Amino acid sequence: MTTLDPAKLERNHHQDDHHVASGHEDHPDYRLLGIIVFLVAEGMIFLGLFTAYFAFRTVAPTWPPEGTPKLELLLPGINTVILIGSSFVIHNADTAIKKNDVRGLRLWFGVTAAMGAVFLAGQLYEYFHLEFGLTKNIFASTFYVLTGFHGLHVCFGLILIMAVLWRSLKPNHYNSKDHFGVEAAEIYWHFVDVIWVILFLLLYII
Amino acid sequence: MTQAAQIQEEANQLAHGNKPGNWKEYFSFSTDHKVIGIQYLVTTFFFYLIGGVLATLVRTELATPESDFVSREVYNSLFTVHATVMIFLWIVPGATGGFGNYLIPLMIGARDMAFPRLNALAFWIIPPTGLMLMSSFLVGAPGAGWTNYPPLSLVSPKAGEMIWILSILLLGTSSILAAVNFIVTIFKMRVPGMGLNQMPLFCWSMLATSFLALIATPVLAGAMILLSFDVLIGTAFFNPTGGGDPIIYQHLFWFYSHPAVYIMILPIFGMISEIVSVHSRKPIFGYKAIAYSSIAICGLGLIVWAHHMFTSGTPPWLRMFFMITTMVISVPTGIKIFSWLATLWGGKLDMSSALLFAMGFICLFVIGGISGVMTASVPFDIHVHDTYFVVAHLHYVLFGGSVFGLYGGFYHWFPKITGRMMSEAWGKAHFWLTFIGFNLAFMPMHKLGMEGMNRRVAEYDPKFATLNLICTIGAYLLAVSTIPFIVNATWSWLRGKPAGDNPWRALTLEWMTTSPPPVENFEADPVLATGPYDYGMGSRATEVDVPFSEADDPTLSAGPSSTLRAKPDPVVAANPSDRGDESYNRE
Amino acid sequence: MNIPSQITTLLAGILLTLISFWYGQNHNLLPVEASKNAASVDSLFNAMLTIGTGIFLLVAGILIYSAIKFRRDPDDTSDGPPVHGNIPLEILWTAIPAIIVLGISVYSFDVYMDENGMNPMDHMAHGKAQHQVAAQPGNAVAQLTGSPAFAATLVSQADPNQQQAESILKDPATNAVREDIPQRKDAPTLGTVSPRVGSSPEKTEKPAEVVISATGMQYAWLFTYPGTEVVAGELHVPLGRDVLINISANDVLHAFWVPEFRLKQDAVPGRQTEIRFTPTREGQYPLICAELCGAYHGAMKTIVVVEPQEAYDSWLQSQEVASAEVLDRAIAANPATMTDEEYLAPYAQDIGITAAALEQLHSHEGHS
Repeated sequence: MTTLDPAKLERNHHQDDHHVASGHEDHPDYRLLGIIVFLVAEGMIFLGLFTAYFAFRTVAPTWPPEGTPKLELLLPGINTVILIGSSFVIHNADTAIKKNDVRGLRLWFGVTAAMGAVFLAGQLYEYFHLEFGLTKNIFASTFYVLTGFHGLHVCFGLILIMAVLWRSLKPNHYNSKDHFGVEAAEIYWHFVDVIWVILFLLLYII
Repeated sequence: MTQAAQIQEEANQLAHGNKPGNWKEYFSFSTDHKVIGIQYLVTTFFFYLIGGVLATLVRTELATPESDFVSREVYNSLFTVHATVMIFLWIVPGATGGFGNYLIPLMIGARDMAFPRLNALAFWIIPPTGLMLMSSFLVGAPGAGWTNYPPLSLVSPKAGEMIWILSILLLGTSSILAAVNFIVTIFKMRVPGMGLNQMPLFCWSMLATSFLALIATPVLAGAMILLSFDVLIGTAFFNPTGGGDPIIYQHLFWFYSHPAVYIMILPIFGMISEIVSVHSRKPIFGYKAIAYSSIAICGLGLIVWAHHMFTSGTPPWLRMFFMITTMVISVPTGIKIFSWLATLWGGKLDMSSALLFAMGFICLFVIGGISGVMTASVPFDIHVHDTYFVVAHLHYVLFGGSVFGLYGGFYHWFPKITGRMMSEAWGKAHFWLTFIGFNLAFMPMHKLGMEGMNRRVAEYDPKFATLNLICTIGAYLLAVSTIPFIVNATWSWLRGKPAGDNPWRALTLEWMTTSPPPVENFEADPVLATGPYDYGMGSRATEVDVPFSEADDPTLSAGPSSTLRAKPDPVVAANPSDRGDESYNRE
Repeated sequence: MNIPSQITTLLAGILLTLISFWYGQNHNLLPVEASKNAASVDSLFNAMLTIGTGIFLLVAGILIYSAIKFRRDPDDTSDGPPVHGNIPLEILWTAIPAIIVLGISVYSFDVYMDENGMNPMDHMAHGKAQHQVAAQPGNAVAQLTGSPAFAATLVSQADPNQQQAESILKDPATNAVREDIPQRKDAPTLGTVSPRVGSSPEKTEKPAEVVISATGMQYAWLFTYPGTEVVAGELHVPLGRDVLINISANDVLHAFWVPEFRLKQDAVPGRQTEIRFTPTREGQYPLICAELCGAYHGAMKTIVVVEPQEAYDSWLQSQEVASAEVLDRAIAANPATMTDEEYLAPYAQDIGITAAALEQLHSHEGHS
């Protein structure tokens, strides 16, 4: 009935044979797109928490509630500068690996990790020197939960960076063509950074 | 007479898998999307039965006006866990995880989902979480309703509360991971030549569903995090005593939980589109209208949540805003209903069980939709909010809608999944028992609610006794109605008549391979010789400017596979040799 | 018999319309109307039911007709006609539902306006009306005007929720927990004071004729009548008078619902909500808690008695004497140091809680 060219279709058939052999998990790398889509979801958690913060603030008779000590700006300010800076630093690693420069990758990832660690240390220092605890009032609770949840993400970002550093020790694990881990860690780190900027504005400035 | 199905099948002869998959493998740890899909379906159906048992217990308590069957605390736990199980462990994972996983890669001609291991992870979160939720009955199950409004949830027993919160967080995570997977798969892994507008409608609805899950679920997670702090540590986010505000919880909760309704119904819409078109042997009426209305519902669904809060002290302008958006959402829904009716009209209906359930779906969903518009109207909602009218409405949408659709899906794709046909006689018995039981159980609730029976009560005014008894009898009938289905499915799976590859003579790609499909789905890339719904080989204008010269022969007629093209378009060419470097997503 | 199909369709259409209109008027689904706004809500429902019945009959009719008429011959394996769509038809069934829901929206809006839910002056008028009520000599709340609370109301005019909270601090039913539950600020985006649904536009600017406070607690309603010493477990309202109920909650969410009034409003701890209505029919109606509030949610109901002014007055008087003693105890009592059983005992008579229920309540407390 049909006049499909058998030879052509036969070729089609054979060409695709190797797919079958190589397994169904084998296809082009969509992991980066997956990460970006997942970060949309992550962003929505933060958006939900930010909105909740705004709502609490709107209906509270006074904000911050009476008896809340004024927040110190210096340390978080320095922390913010460090975190924003680290976003530029980590981008150098990306540039480096695209030129096949694994040494450069290690250097810049190392610096980023150090900056992230300093940020976390600063955050912890602030926690221990604040005059209010988690349950003092609604402002304190939102403050700790928002910064804490963000801190958790910084931790996770640090783990990602460390993992990339560890893997980069293996020869040719990352090269100019194949460096998904580097890009994933970088995108995640930028995300964490952007969230912090919003958080900082929300909690400390306005 | 040449039929579209024949053309599509012959074009795909070589893509056709040779060795059918072995369903026994389906009960092991696997990253194959079909195995995961079946695991989802079986697991969620098991939870459906548990949820059904809980519902039957609830209705037993309500058979008499007094609280005389279980204690009031247990009663509250029963309906709380019933709702949680039905929503988070049956309809959402059953429709998206189950049918979505099984069908999406097959329908788009892919070998698997984009992230098979992530897919397996998303599934394996579910069984332990479900068991954990069940185990809460040992320590004092959550009893503050599935909405779990504070402050009540803050003064309930903590163990049950925390189990509930943890379950929701885990199931939400599973749902988000699945959504990421679907979005990437649908956008990136379609067979060459399948543009978005050549996708089967189920793919469109899964795309809309996944976007909703991706955007709305995280907000619920945020609310759960805050609530768990309130329960465990004693913060006061939602506790008025410490300066918190329970209304903010309601906003966060419903920002997810209203879209959740569309997460539960959109995949079903997609399945109904497939079933109606195949079983009435007609092209779907208004493909684009149906496809784009899914997207419209997805967008609008995100801005209607506060209609659940019309009596919570919501300011007037918000009440009016949410009333209007809610009303508007019935327009794209109406488009779908009328398109299905037009598809049925003048077709050649085979009246199989799948089509019966689909038609039952349309009939019952319309009732749920009408009562939905009524509850959207603020003055009337002020009267019926939190009454049995709402219980009736939501069951017409979620049972009459989602569950009927899921049953229809089972009957339609069972031959593909198992390679065997289901018994039609048992299927029809199942349908009529379910249909009658359902209406008996839920129709009287409309009147109960309007007359003054509130929700979530273990005891009620004796004047409502008769109607409640009818509801209880209907619920028992519903419980009985699952027996023919279970018998039918089990027996057919083991002993049913072999189905062949394409028993319904359908055109979508999942029917172009063996039943059950082999591990890699297709031996070679399937080709699109016809559109997904070109029954009767109609004249839907393809977007290629080659004349439809020989409709008998896909390679000589218009379409991406045409050999009449001077130079095959590398992006959409049927033969891989013509694709050159463009076939990036298949190499 | 060979009737042209247009005529059959026309007849079916007429029949469908007639059935819809008949059912829309004779559904017998709603309880009696006992408030002024109930009638307009009911006619809104009737209109929606008429349209809904029509749409349902149309859809069900097409389904049944198709199932019979277009059933396939078992041997027929051919496909149906290849109809892919019909743009004018699709536009039609997009436009008609859009017009219908727009119409329902406008109608609902209208009914809502009638109930005065949408008063643009709501937030401003609110505060004023409130202290006008307080200042009314007829209501014998003059002592309030002299109190510091009143001075505070003048300052925070724009924030009716807190201002009302202060005035309600005097309320024996709530004052014990009022200190612990800070009042939310009024927020135009999130709402704090609910829109006062229920009154009619011409009365908006006037203060309500009768003001009663309703307090929800697990598992009872307490009603206090400002200006009197009355604390009661059932609500009495005078027939045909404009009544304003100030609703608050002491523990968890509750909702004030009188089906015969077609009105419902949640009681939210930390917020003041209110409802306004004019009872138009004498009788006793159930007053139900419509928001899940715990194990005994189903038992949390009482009655609202609509009676003529004279009967209302004499009831108030008789209660005043009876309540005086109870009130003393209530003010002295601090619920924080008492079990529910002890706390509720003085009111047990009023709110109809039996000894057995209290017993179970107690055992519930024990294991939670």
